[in-house]
Amino acid sequence: MSTLTKQNLFEGFLETSFAGFEKTREEGKASFLKQGLPTLKSEEYKFTAIAKKLEQSISSFQNAKPFEVNAEEVKAGIPEGFDGTVLVFANGHLIPDLAIQAENLAFSKLSEKPETAIGSIAKANKDPFAALNQSSFDEGVFLQIPKKEVVEKPILLLSFNKANEGQLIQPRVWIEAGDFAEVTFITHNINKSEEPYFVNKVVEIKGGVNSQIRYYRVQNEGKNAIEVSNIETNLLQDSRFTSVNISLSGEMVRNNLSLNLLGSNSEGNMYGIYLLNGKTHVDNHTNVDHTIPHAESNELYKGILADQSRGVFNGKIFVRQDAQKTNAFQQNNNILLSEDAIVNTKPQLEIWADDVKCSHGCTTGQLDEEALFYLQARGIDKTQAKGLLLFAFAGEVLEHIQDESFKNYCIDLVQERLGSKF
Amino acid sequence: MLSIKNLHASIEGTPILRGINLEVKAGEVHAIMGPNGSGKSTLASVLAGREEYEVTEGEVTFKGKDLLDLAPEDRAREGVFLAFQYPVEIPGVSSTNFLRTAVNQVREYRGLEALDAVKFLTMMKEKMKLVEIDQKLLSRSLNEGFSGGEKKRNEIFQMAMLEPTLSILDETDSGLDIDALRIVSNGVNQLKSKDNATIVVTHYQRLLDYIVPDFVHVLYKGRIVKSGTKELALELEEKGYDWIKEAIDSEATV
Repeated sequence: MSTLTKQNLFEGFLETSFAGFEKTREEGKASFLKQGLPTLKSEEYKFTAIAKKLEQSISSFQNAKPFEVNAEEVKAGIPEGFDGTVLVFANGHLIPDLAIQAENLAFSKLSEKPETAIGSIAKANKDPFAALNQSSFDEGVFLQIPKKEVVEKPILLLSFNKANEGQLIQPRVWIEAGDFAEVTFITHNINKSEEPYFVNKVVEIKGGVNSQIRYYRVQNEGKNAIEVSNIETNLLQDSRFTSVNISLSGEMVRNNLSLNLLGSNSEGNMYGIYLLNGKTHVDNHTNVDHTIPHAESNELYKGILADQSRGVFNGKIFVRQDAQKTNAFQQNNNILLSEDAIVNTKPQLEIWADDVKCSHGCTTGQLDEEALFYLQARGIDKTQAKGLLLFAFAGEVLEHIQDESFKNYCIDLVQERLGSKF
Repeated sequence: MLSIKNLHASIEGTPILRGINLEVKAGEVHAIMGPNGSGKSTLASVLAGREEYEVTEGEVTFKGKDLLDLAPEDRAREGVFLAFQYPVEIPGVSSTNFLRTAVNQVREYRGLEALDAVKFLTMMKEKMKLVEIDQKLLSRSLNEGFSGGEKKRNEIFQMAMLEPTLSILDETDSGLDIDALRIVSNGVNQLKSKDNATIVVTHYQRLLDYIVPDFVHVLYKGRIVKSGTKELALELEEKGYDWIKEAIDSEATV
């Protein structure tokens, strides 16, 4: 029987030397060693046995090297109907030569921007995997939208993953949107191997005054892939951030999404759907920190779980004492299609201010048999009737995608999965 | 068209229907009346194919086919239509998309070509007039936030769109005010023809002033205990169900 000590899986790996950001890395390493790998005993990971899964699946605790991707592969990997800037990554490394630039956007390898304050938004001491990434990422990307720049077309972050020997892929992304800037990001993965690998991603986003940032994400990892992501955003006055996260596959996926509302009249929106089958395990941990008065957050996550899949939703809303007149709404709804599927859902509200509007709710149930019969009684085939109902349930989330062509792409993707495409 | 012989059905082991016999021919309107709990809605549900009910005995043939052997969707495609007592609200499914899917699946089954968007809309507009239903209502999610009367009108509208040969109206009149009742009845009457038949399930005689039945059957304790013409409905209106109950119950104790 194996016993996991705090950090033994990564012990050798952390002794290797990494270039650049020395001081930050040291801090990351110290923080990781202090926190250790989370076990089921740790409150934040009690439904997601990630350490055990890593031990079983990952055979080589090393960062996977970048590999060659050609323009044809890039072309094939772009979602249908997409029109905009494309940045290509191989195992987390930016490949500048393959970029298709449509609009004004400053981007470079993170190593070329050594002054970037990485770790200042997604802090290492908040999550062991954020600490691990901070100590040992190989390369990352620095993206900057200049002040007042309105980027009309979306920016696609297209990641090719291939870790043949069960390795680590540790992308690190830094996004800065200047004051009054507007931008839409779409992240998409292409898996080039069926081997197990571990993606440990950190994305830090800094939203300037009155900036508008939209971050859409399709998670379609390989069926043997393990993924942990820490995405954290700081929002200044009058800014708005909207995340739409669509989880479709992977062996075990853990998303930590955190919004820090730091300026009044800022707005944070988090929407997600997880459509799971097989033995896929997806854990969404969200966190909104209302630090100032007059800010708003909206959250809606919906899950449909089949087979032996498992979903976890933990939504934390923290309203500090100063954050009067906060509006914070949260909703999580789930449909279980099989007796073996499991959902653990937990709203977590901590409210220290006394003049706020906060609500939360969660439901877990089966497909509405009465509605199904109603549709069948009108001549609609049972399988299609199910598809219609499931899409009606999940589709609501997709309405929050502003970019029309990407929204249609996602609708197709979801309808295909739910059998409602006919 | 429809032939029910010795139909027994139960839910979770409790028998509800205990030997129903009924013959319905094209062009006829049958009313099924009876006190609460007599099995009226169960009969309607069993005919439409609701899964909770288990048919334990008897047979139902519809246009020569074994109806009980068909899935609910195939019954609908064959031409059976159930207007629900409680139409279901389905958030996120637009009324129009739903109907177009339904109409085209039914048409496909009947060997007709699918309607394109334009033809479908034309048909919809024409049928909407029948039940005076507003286009705005149909751009919303199916039945969501509809008033009771709007839901019932929507049922008859769907009936008009699907062109069934046998319509079963399950308590379509319950809860309707007189205006809504007139509109709904008027819609049903316009859809009547010599080729289709209607079964009206109701607790009240009132509806039968508007949809005039050829036959009236009284259901009690899962059996048809009395059949007659529309005069029977008037008699029931006047005397209530007690005299029938008493007659049947005293027979049973003898």
